[in-house]
Amino acid sequence: MLVLAFDTSTPLVTVAVVDTGGHVVSEHERLAPNKQGELLAPLIHAALADAGAAPDRLGALGVGLGPGPFTGLRVGVVSAAVMADALQVPAHGTCSLDAVLGPAGGDCLVITDARRRQVYWARYDEAGHRVEGPELGPPAEVADRFRGAVPRVAGAGAVLYRECFADFVIDDDTLYPRARTLGLLAAERAERGEPGGVLTPMYLRRPDAQPPGPPKRVTPA
Amino acid sequence: MSAPLVLGIETSCDETGVGVVRGAELLADALASSVDEHARFGGVVPEVASRAHVEAMVPTVHRALEAAHVSLAEVDAIAVTAGPGLAGALLVGVAAAKALALAAGKPLFGVNHLAAHVAVDRLAHGELPGPCVALLVSGGHSSLLIVPDVTGDVESLGQTIDDAAGEAFDKVARVLGLPFPGGPHIDAAARDGDAQAVAFPRGVVRDAPYSFTFSGLKTAVARWVEAREAAGERVPVADVAASFQEAVVDVLVTRAVAACRDRDVDHLVIGGGVAANSRLRAVAEQRCADAHIRLRVPPARLCTDNGAMVAALGALLVERGAAPASLDLAADPSLSLT
Ligand SMILES: [Zn+2]
Repeated sequence: MLVLAFDTSTPLVTVAVVDTGGHVVSEHERLAPNKQGELLAPLIHAALADAGAAPDRLGALGVGLGPGPFTGLRVGVVSAAVMADALQVPAHGTCSLDAVLGPAGGDCLVITDARRRQVYWARYDEAGHRVEGPELGPPAEVADRFRGAVPRVAGAGAVLYRECFADFVIDDDTLYPRARTLGLLAAERAERGEPGGVLTPMYLRRPDAQPPGPPKRVTPA
Repeated sequence: MSAPLVLGIETSCDETGVGVVRGAELLADALASSVDEHARFGGVVPEVASRAHVEAMVPTVHRALEAAHVSLAEVDAIAVTAGPGLAGALLVGVAAAKALALAAGKPLFGVNHLAAHVAVDRLAHGELPGPCVALLVSGGHSSLLIVPDVTGDVESLGQTIDDAAGEAFDKVARVLGLPFPGGPHIDAAARDGDAQAVAFPRGVVRDAPYSFTFSGLKTAVARWVEAREAAGERVPVADVAASFQEAVVDVLVTRAVAACRDRDVDHLVIGGGVAANSRLRAVAEQRCADAHIRLRVPPARLCTDNGAMVAALGALLVERGAAPASLDLAADPSLSLT
């Protein structure tokens, strides 16, 4: 069975086609901040073409649900929801931070950029399982909380705020969620016959809108 | 070729619209609105609207296909609003349209939201003659256009330089203690009021005879109301609503009729949410009749943002053999008409 997966929660727009044997059949990625809307569909098209697979040969979809900056994140989530529905295959959503660490990762924090001087973070045990998070916070607070308890940090947020994480081993090579990881996770779930669920983006922030007060006076009081 | 079956997606503001048409025939017009979620903020909150579009998209596509009694496989093309509108909101619709086009192997058409407001009238009153003048008035836009052909370039004659007409209704409603969205509530309150009670100003934009300005009017209403309150007098809400509405309608219709006369055009199309205003319809009918202009106003349901208008324009593009968009189509919040 072929599985298509993608993630748009970071500046890396990442698309992969994997099979249920654990192979990455094709992969297309572009690092392009704020271009998720333009890039995702052409990259999906290219990945499917490289895999020699028409969309109706897909058995399942995998997608990163964030957390990540909302506008880009929504592109991936709504695309997966619509495609899965049109193809009548399950869509498996996964916390995007879970797809940052490769198979060798573990005993670390994964940290991505949440903008506004904040980061999204999650903690992973030695087996690579998420044990805390995802949560949102200032990088210095995250560092204070885990200093001495967790040896290593990965993800673009750790690199961006490296001055906060001076007491940790910083993994400079593991920056973004990868569609291949999301695809392999989704393939496992599809093999187990898991039904797809409703895909809900992990925002972790409320829309910052305030109900207005009474109308402003236009005449001096 | 038989008339093309087109599915259209609209997410430029707070309505998730999915429509299905066959040529100029309306088959379905499914809508999910987040208007209630914006009410307590007194205006559309872009992030709230974008979140609601994601939630509503799949169910709304389902409802549209079910109501049209067609399957996605039967659809000839997918059309989507590419702009203008709220950036984050547009992006959700464009992504969804691309995903549908990819999954079902259908051509994709990105359309201009304002042109779609004009094209929708083919569903109600048949093909549009060219050229026509279009007055598009809503919470998000107020424009006067000349439309030689909705599938081609559309020329902007003028637009608001400050508040959109619908926004002016919302703001004056707040001053009068009426709920959001203000349009229907002002319209209702005005029915019991005297439109000549207060002579509110008709804003003029210098050197732009077809443009609009509503911020001075809004301030004049607030000042008038505050003066009554300061004097300890009761505010005659119905009279203020009627007089304000009369000023807005007078400006809109005067400019639109002048544009028709100056350009020698004898068809006027009115669209957008404010086209549902009963006084706007009445005054436009009267003055168009006097000026021998044929007035076309789609039914209220098709005047507000909806997916059928996008499908209606998409179908016209397919009928004319227009080239589909590529998959890197970008949402463009400030998409111009030409
Ligand atoms: Zn509109």
